[in-house]
Amino acid sequence: MNHRFFALCAAVVTLCVGACNGGSNAEGGGDAAADTNVIRIGQFASLTGTEATFGQQVSNGAKLAVEEINAAGGVLGKKIELITEDTESKPQATKNAVEKLLSKDRVIALVGEVASGRTLIAAPLATREKVPLLTPASTNEKVTMDESGNVRDWVFRICFIDPFQAQVMARFAAENLGLKQVAILKANANPYSVGLAENFAATFRSLGGTIVEEQGYEERQVDFKAQLTAIKAKNPQAIFVPGYYNEVSLIATQARELGITAPLLGGDGWDSPELTKGAAGKALEGSYFSNHYSESDSSAIVQSFVQNYSRTYNEAPGAMSALGYDAMKIVARTIADAGTASPQAIRDGLAKLSGYNGVTGTISINEKHNATKPAVVLQIRDGKFAYHTTINP
Amino acid sequence: MSEIIEQQTGSSMSARELRNYAIGGGVALLFLLAMIFGGNEFRQQVINGLSLGAIYALIALGYTMIYGVLRFINFAHGDVFMVGAFISFFAARAIEPAFVSDPTHVGDPGSAILVLIITMIGCGLLGVLIEFLAYRRLRNRPKLTVLITAIGISLFLEYTGQLPMVFGADPRTYPTLIESSQIAITAGLTIGTKDIIVFSVAVVLMYLLRVIVMHTKIGTAMRAVSMNMGAASLMGVNLNFIISFTFFVGSALAGAGAVLYAMTYPKIDPLMGIIPGLKAFVAAVLGGIGNIPGAALGGFIIGGVETMTVGYINPAYRDAIVFGILILILVLKPSGLLGKGGTEKV
Repeated sequence: MNHRFFALCAAVVTLCVGACNGGSNAEGGGDAAADTNVIRIGQFASLTGTEATFGQQVSNGAKLAVEEINAAGGVLGKKIELITEDTESKPQATKNAVEKLLSKDRVIALVGEVASGRTLIAAPLATREKVPLLTPASTNEKVTMDESGNVRDWVFRICFIDPFQAQVMARFAAENLGLKQVAILKANANPYSVGLAENFAATFRSLGGTIVEEQGYEERQVDFKAQLTAIKAKNPQAIFVPGYYNEVSLIATQARELGITAPLLGGDGWDSPELTKGAAGKALEGSYFSNHYSESDSSAIVQSFVQNYSRTYNEAPGAMSALGYDAMKIVARTIADAGTASPQAIRDGLAKLSGYNGVTGTISINEKHNATKPAVVLQIRDGKFAYHTTINP
Repeated sequence: MSEIIEQQTGSSMSARELRNYAIGGGVALLFLLAMIFGGNEFRQQVINGLSLGAIYALIALGYTMIYGVLRFINFAHGDVFMVGAFISFFAARAIEPAFVSDPTHVGDPGSAILVLIITMIGCGLLGVLIEFLAYRRLRNRPKLTVLITAIGISLFLEYTGQLPMVFGADPRTYPTLIESSQIAITAGLTIGTKDIIVFSVAVVLMYLLRVIVMHTKIGTAMRAVSMNMGAASLMGVNLNFIISFTFFVGSALAGAGAVLYAMTYPKIDPLMGIIPGLKAFVAAVLGGIGNIPGAALGGFIIGGVETMTVGYINPAYRDAIVFGILILILVLKPSGLLGKGGTEKV
């Protein structure tokens, strides 16, 4: 009886903990349809997990934007209520988060995610519910374009797309750095990485370069020495590593350990304060990556954003913060311009957005629901991201 | 573990012992041939494999010792490894606050050794605690019961670790405990001093374990318990103490493995123990579960196979081949390469 009682208690406690733990971190929700005094916008971001800094930065940028808008009186006289859900950097949790925002919170617009793979999970859900989905930072082409090549009606983005970003790095490598032989190390299970690698290879070859070796790695891999050894044997002048910051840190450190001295090139997935921590800072010295904005951009709008963000969050904003900020401000702008807060109005406003002056540049959304903007190339110097060049489309 | 009987009765090497030495020698010979005749890229892969193999060997030793003594697979071992990585993470930051303020700070060997000792003791205590709370009461129950409990402990450690107030789910960057540099042997072949340190520390610990098991009274007691628990206790062996001690040593080795692993791959997160734990388990089975030299041999073989698969076959198959080896060894020779095989006498 002693044992059974103990077991019963343990089971009850476990169930309770499980139920609480499975909950979300939004205090909003409840029966959302009734409340028309606020404008509900949903945000899903990777606040925890392997891409935690992306989600945290986007979310902080978005929250700052909402605070500023509400402090100035809100939109159409109503305050914006931003409901944020954590995707935990995982696909299943993303699906749950988006479903919850759509059906329980009944948001009129969705903002998210950074990782293209996870935005792709949300896209059909948003389309089904006819709620506009604006991604601040997903760059894979397929996010706004479905399998048959048609533009997704309800999905938009305010950042550049991978073909452009990859071309930027390929042109930078070939023209600015004068390289002829580059190797690629990509993440096989990540659509973002695979897309960037393909586009980079195509552009680099068309500019007369050769891809001497292409290797891939799987999810949750920490040891890249085998792939790097194969790459080293082909003597590349640079290695294109279009992955996310955690694995790039490990790759860079291990590359240096193997005696590879060539610089690394990458995409916006590198943008994180975690990238250069530990031994990776030295390993990445002199490497380059493309990004959406640079905090050392001297224009007034960027500097005022940087100051406000740093003051509110005690850290400098990354590109993801700036994109989250711009995304939220753009959604508010479409509501203000349309005069009504409805999913359809927001959707139509996004479709014809033109010449919006954001922190991440002048944003216009084209007929493919993508933004055409310049990219910046940053170089890692002394463990910090230093602005190097801007490349226009 | 019954090779000791022959040694104690003074008879010459048994056929089994000869066979074991032959297997070990054969693997070493293959390795030597590979290094002599292989190209530089191949040699580099072999060095990579050795370093990885040393870490797997350390973790596999824990699995094999616990199986030897209690006849069950402690599936929570991989997560004790994970907790070890976090213990060392926080210990390093406590010992050298410079790690907290400056993410590029490099530690010195003295504090690295201190971190290693603290982690080994911490993990050892965790292992003892788990045995005391979860496995002790189930000692006379069917093995399946305690196996399921082990899986439960594993999940408990993983998911509690992911809670924000414990370790949090985000990967953390592990501090650089010691300065490491590359020694270029020839063009195209470099050994990192880190690899040398990892390998040496692992070998030293394995040797210490052998000394404890073979040449101390407590080691003899461990071997007695592994042969026949009932008879050992009749001979005056304090079962609870010996079993706790086995868990302590096995988990301490996992903790050491964790420090070496985190030094090599400096990103730690609460789920990091799953795959290395499973691979170390395969290594222990490959070498002969319950056989200590077998675990070490298995660790190196698995490390080598994994590296070669990634380098020469396809990185996508890296895990598949390792688990394929598990299936193969269970089908062809379940007692493992150095295991004793045959029936147990009653």
